[in-house]
This record gives sequence, structure tokens and C-alpha cells, in this order.
Amino acid sequence: MALDSKIPSGPISDKWTNYKDHINLVNPANKRNLDIIIVGTGLAGGSAAATLAELGYNVKAFCFQDSPRRAHSIAAQGGINAAKNYKGDGDSVHRLFYDTVKGGDYRAREANVHRLAEVSGNIIDQCVAQGVPLAREYGGLLDNRSFGGTLVSRTFYAQGQTGQQLLLGAYSAMNRQIGRGKVKMHNRHEMLDLVIVNGKARGIIARNLVTGEIERHSAHAVVIASGGYGNVFFLSTNAMGSNATAAWKIHKKGAFFANPCYTQIHPTCIPVSGDHQSKLTLMSESLRNDGRIWVPAKLEDAQAIREGKKKATDLSEVERDYFLERRYPAFGNLVPRDVASRAAKERCDAGFGVNKTGEAVYLDFAAAIQRYGNEQAYVKGLDTKDTKLVTKLGTEIVKSKYGNLFQMYYKIVDEDPYTSPMMIYPAVHYTMGGTWVDYNLQTTIPGCFSIGESNFSDHGANRLGASALMQGLADGYFVLPYTIGDYLAPDIKMGTISTDLPEFIAAEKAVKDQIDKFINNKGTHSVDYFHKKLGKIMWDKVGMARNEKGLNEAIVEIAALREEFYKEVKVPGDANGLNQELEKATRVADFLELGELFAKDALHRNESCGGHFREEYQTEEGEAQRDDENFAYVAAWEYTGKPSEAVLHKEPLVFDNVKLVQRSYK
Amino acid sequence: MKLTLKIWRQKNAATEGKIVEYPIDHIEPDMSFLEMLDILNDELIMKGDEPIAFDHDCREGICGMCSLYINGEAHGPDRGVTTCQLHMRMFKDGDTIFIEPFRAKAFPVIKDLVVDRSSFDRIQHAGGFISVNTSGNTIDANTIPINKKDADTAFDAAACIGCGACVATCKNSSAMLFVAAKVSQYALLPQGRIEATDRVLNMVSQMDAEGFGNCTNTGACEVECPKGISLENIARMNREYMSASLKG
Repeated sequence: MALDSKIPSGPISDKWTNYKDHINLVNPANKRNLDIIIVGTGLAGGSAAATLAELGYNVKAFCFQDSPRRAHSIAAQGGINAAKNYKGDGDSVHRLFYDTVKGGDYRAREANVHRLAEVSGNIIDQCVAQGVPLAREYGGLLDNRSFGGTLVSRTFYAQGQTGQQLLLGAYSAMNRQIGRGKVKMHNRHEMLDLVIVNGKARGIIARNLVTGEIERHSAHAVVIASGGYGNVFFLSTNAMGSNATAAWKIHKKGAFFANPCYTQIHPTCIPVSGDHQSKLTLMSESLRNDGRIWVPAKLEDAQAIREGKKKATDLSEVERDYFLERRYPAFGNLVPRDVASRAAKERCDAGFGVNKTGEAVYLDFAAAIQRYGNEQAYVKGLDTKDTKLVTKLGTEIVKSKYGNLFQMYYKIVDEDPYTSPMMIYPAVHYTMGGTWVDYNLQTTIPGCFSIGESNFSDHGANRLGASALMQGLADGYFVLPYTIGDYLAPDIKMGTISTDLPEFIAAEKAVKDQIDKFINNKGTHSVDYFHKKLGKIMWDKVGMARNEKGLNEAIVEIAALREEFYKEVKVPGDANGLNQELEKATRVADFLELGELFAKDALHRNESCGGHFREEYQTEEGEAQRDDENFAYVAAWEYTGKPSEAVLHKEPLVFDNVKLVQRSYK
Repeated sequence: MKLTLKIWRQKNAATEGKIVEYPIDHIEPDMSFLEMLDILNDELIMKGDEPIAFDHDCREGICGMCSLYINGEAHGPDRGVTTCQLHMRMFKDGDTIFIEPFRAKAFPVIKDLVVDRSSFDRIQHAGGFISVNTSGNTIDANTIPINKKDADTAFDAAACIGCGACVATCKNSSAMLFVAAKVSQYALLPQGRIEATDRVLNMVSQMDAEGFGNCTNTGACEVECPKGISLENIARMNREYMSASLKG
């Protein structure tokens, strides 16, 4: 099957407008004859559910949490980008487009990214109209801040809880539609299979997680908005429940899976403290605006710190190595995430790490506190030489900007970040890969769409900060409502789709069989035992740096682990009720397949780009070495029964508007 | 650390529950409370017992999914945190810890420590929104300036995570702090003023219909709220409600 990206013709800045002018529309009266299933209710799914219901479609939405308000979008901290140029610092749609393509190491699709940049401004307008309390300046206008990978302040934010506020905005829009009866919300439900009838996605099989009942749900189209698959690493910044099941199940039914190896490692997370750890906590990238990242310049100082013989504050300026400022003077601490993460790993691997395990660097606010304190003292006409006063005033400013993050750090680590620098280390965060979609956000299964983090299209090999929230909401509020209408227009006379069709019965049986198998397996190890083992293989051999040998080993090891899992997993309890171990088992089963494809994808891509760093392909200075001649394509994998036998399809990436150059932040 | 856990076990909503005692050892102060339960669950699974069901998701204090009534306090003994951010360093070797579900008529138990908080959702369906179309054709966001103080106060109210600690901790099982936070957020913003009257009447009426108790100004909700949502919101909601009732 040849991949058709369906990118509209014409100049890039006109594509979306021309597209919208020529698609099929569905008459408002006919929309109420069409049903749409949406799986996942985070920023993408929630905004899509609200918008499609408002347009008049009947929406059935599903989430595994007890309420849509808990979707993991809620944990996004830093902000959302939009090309508003409110600051007058030179921002524009083109510049946001350019930064995103460059930041993604030229592995995103130009047309999608341009559309994203075009609608970005609308997102802010929409959210403010919904009552999202974004940060304001004293004059009453919206405030902005800067983020990694860019030279303009285009990021809108709500303290360190931007994701929460944007999600609650989408949730409130959904609530309005639930109240009107246009969205039927199915909380505590998990999609366990996709139903295809005559080649088109026509429904899902879901498990009611409270009663255990297996349910059939039909619709004219199915939208997957189930987020990313970072939990394949077990330890990640994702919520514990975040899983790949919906995306993986559609892959097994024919949706190609694109660029699975593109995983973002976020540079500013709280380091791992021990084997018991269940997840990692991210500290917003916005901290890099004011925090300076360093390690000791001398190995013996690093060792003394690890042994507890010295403290960070004992080291003078010259005894510190501000390695990002040293290596990347133009961007300094604000280099993109992949660059910052790798630089931290490089220093720690070289022996300069500062926590017990040697896997942490400092994020220091002392300079910012002094700078802000001085400014405040000056403004208030106070003595700028009074160090105690300056520190106090500066601390207040830092507190007002990042207070909640500092408090979170304090609670977890039990150290005061105002007086001693934070310790941070990179952690698995966001997955840029996902189901392959065309310009319409449709997968290779007709009628099955994929939006937000669950698709692959907009971020390339590395996601710039504050662009995930933008994409989730752009897809849900402003893109899918057009593209899905174009798809549904011929279906207006179809009528309700029966769930008694043989395809529903077969899919339901397959789901029940898998569940019965787990319940009756009576093995020797818990689900977490396998998940942790998978995570360790992934982190050690498919993590921040990969090489051919490790990847080959990982593929073999994951396949063996999967076999052991089916033999030895133990799932207590029964299927007819709330059974959290059973939920985990069905998810880990999918991770055990996805992990293998992930490694296979990383192995075939003989280049380094963005979050994919192959040790064999680096410049003399240790930067990622892309190979545009051979790898400027999307790797879209077709399932053929086993992840190891997946077939590679290539979508060549055409760059007409952004020149492919070596990415440099120096 | 060696601890004795006394945990509420209940098979489902229709079955009676009881406290069951579990000893646990080798708990590190760095562990979160939920990681401690993970360890207990792993032991139970290995012994062939059913693990303890509890709600959790983000484990970074923001999703509001985790609950747990620990030694008689919602989210346990630490202030300003959710259960997932509660660390074992708050306990001492040899402690006995009681772990129960959030108890309220409007939060029926589903299993063990898991309760149904969908009554909070239904209150939102009744009016927890601004009736604006999601068309993208709204006015430019900077057309209506908003006083920074109002925006910040609205944000403080909007920071509610809907965990239900306020209800669990209130002797009347009142949801006033939660509802007041939502009412306040919108009442403080010009966009939300337009339908403020209907909103407060509808949300309060749904809150009553769900079986939450009344507020008697005890203030326990504010003390236990992991996000520091202030009682001022309740005062604001009362003013809004009074004025709406007079208009209504």
C-alpha cells in the first residue's frame, strides 16, 4: 500500500485555506445522523469532543480515568506557543513554523506544521473566551515567556500549570455538551479493540473498568486521542495509566505506526532516587529561563559532592562548569530539549554527576535571585548592597514565577531549592512517533483518525517546549472538525450502525479470550515485574543513546520477555469487576510489542536526529549527525503479525520552504 | 521502616467492608505513600491475594485522581500535598497507619479505597463552563484586558484539582469549597460574568441534588485542601448565590 499524505497543492501559506474552501460539508441537520467515537479526553480528545458535539454530531467519548479532567495533559507545566507577536519581538506564523521544523530536526511534515502555526493564535483566543486564566501583565494584557529552542517570547502560560488550565477549559466545553446530551461520556472505560466493517472503522470494543463488562460501541468514525507511549520505559514522566493500547490496537488492525523511535527525553526532571520508584517527575522547562545548569569543573569536586563531603554552594564560580552556556553561547541554557538532555548525560557519563548515583546535574537559581533582587531593590529605592535584603527580594520574585514547582521539588527531594540548587536529570517524556496520519489526520484505516500525541505528524524528531499543548488543541478544536466532516459527508444516509454485525462479535470474542487467558494464567510474576524488565531494556539499550549492537540485543530480549510474560504473568482477581492488575496486563502486553518495533525502527534509522541519537552517527563535537540524503522520510510500519516482521513504508519528506541545514544552537 | 497498615477492604459497592491488618517492612523514607502501597500489592500478588485497589494516575500532584484517608486525614498528615506527594519520611518506624476511602454519601465506594466522584462531574455539567462556541472565531484574546489581580485570583480558584479532599474532610460532607472554586473562577473573569446568575443557581442546585451536605463554616476543607483553595471562595459563592436568588 502506497502512502498518500494528501497534502494540498499550492503555496504553503495558502494550503489550509484552500483546503477548507474545497472540502465537502455536512449540512447541520445531517450531522445529528452521524456518530463519532473519541477515545481519550485530554487536550486533543476533549477539545475534539466539545467541538464536534457543538457542530451537531453525536459524540461518544471514552476515558480510562474516573473523569476527563484527569487526562495527563493536566500535568503539562510550562506553556503553550502561539504566533501572536504581542511582544513585538519579531514573531510570526512563518517563524513559529520555521522554529518547529528546525527544532524537530527536519523530520516533521511541513504542511501540517504550517497549519499548526496558522491556527495557534486562535487557540489563545478560544481559551481566553472559555475563561482559562492565562497569566496577565499589570496592564491587563496577556503575558508571555520564552522557551527552549526559540529566540522570541511566544509562550502563554498559567503559572506552572498551563496544561491543567487548558485541559479544564476543554473539559468545561465538553461539560457544556454533556449537559446538552450531545456528548455521551464513558468514564472508567478502556478501548480494547477497533471494529472494521467493509474496510472502514465503525466502532470499538471497550471494557467497563468498574463492572468488567465488555461493550460494543458503533459509530461512523473513530478518533484515537489516547496520548503517547512513553510508559514503554516503565519510568517516565507520563501518568501511571497512560498507555499505548488504543493506538497499538488500531496498528494491529491496519493503521501504520510512524517513527516509534522518536521519543523525547526531557532535560529537567527530578532524578531517580531508588529501585522502588514508580515514575519520574518533570520540572517545567520554563525553569531554564532563569536557572543555570552546571556541574563541578573538576572531577574530584564532583566526587566529593557525591560522597557528601562538599556542597554545591561550597564551589566558587570558577570551580563550576556551566556546560550549556559554554557549548552553546547563543542559546545557552535555552537550547532545545534533545541538545540539553544529551549534554547533561555526556557530563554525567564523564563522571561529573552530582547525586549519589552520579546521574544528576545542578539547576541553579542563585544568580537569578540576585539579579531580580537587585532590580527590586533599585526600583524600591532600597540599598542594593544589602545582600540579605537583595536575596529576600529576589527570592520573592522567583517564588512568584516558579513557586509551585519549587514546592513540588521540595516535597519530593526534601531539599530547599531556594538555598541549594536543584538536581535534575533527563527522563522519558513525550513521544513524537505515533500512528501515521495524512493531512486529514486520518490513519491508513479509512474512518479511523488519530490526533494529538497519538499521531506523529507535527513535531519531527524532537518536540520544542510548549508545542504539545498547541498541537493537541489545534487538532481537536480547529483541524479535525473540518477534516472529519469531509470524510463523513458521504455517510449521511447510512443510519445507525448495528453492533450485532459479525465484525463486532468477532472483535468482542478476541478481547474476551485475551482477558480469560490472563485471568486463568496463574503465573509466577506480577505484571509490574515484566513492565520494569521491559523498561530497563528500553532505557539501557533504546534510551538516550543507541547503537547497533544494543538495539539488536534489545529486539531479541524483548521478544523473549514477551514470551515469558504470556507464560508466567500472574493476574489475581476476576474479570467481572474492578481489576487494576488486569488493566495493567492488557496494557503491558501491548508495550511488549511496541517496544520491539521501537527498537527495530531505531535500528534501521542509520542517522541521528532529534531525540534519536545513534552513537555511530555523530559529529566530531558529539552533536547529532543527520543523513538527509538517505533518511529524510517518515518510517511508517505495517503490522504483519509480529513486530519483528513489520514492513517499512516510507513517506518522503519534502522541504520546499525550510532549507535543510545542520541544526546549530551555537 | 517497619509499619503496620490497617486498610479498608471492600469487594464492591454491594458488599460490606472491613479493616484488614497488613504488616510491611523495608520501607524507605524516600518512597511516596503510593509506592509503599505498590510494594504491599506486589507482596499480596505473590502470596496469591488480591491487591488493594486505589485510585492514582499522574503521581505528581496535579491530576486529582489519588484519594485516601490516612490516619483520619484526607491525603494524610502533610499539608498542601496530595497522597501521591506524601512521602514516607512523614512516618516513623513502628507506626500503625489507618488507610480508608474518602467517605461521603455522594462518593459511593466502588472497591477497597476507590470511590466514585462522578457527582463532581455532574455539578460541572450543570454550569461549570462559559457558553462560548468552540469555533475559533472568537475575538482577539487581548481585546478585553483583565486586571492582573483578578486574573491571579481566578487562577488560584481554578487550581482546584477536584480530588474531593474537601468533601472527605468535612463533617457534613459538603462540596462547597469545590463548587465555590469553580463559581469564583468564572465570576472573577469578564467572560464568565454574563451567565453568572444561572451558573451559581444551577451548580448549587445540582450540588444539593447529589447529596452533599451543607457548609457550617468549620474550615476543615481549607486546611486539608492540597492546593490551598481558600475559604474566600465560599464567601464569594454565597454572595453570588444571594444576589442571583434576589434577581432570580
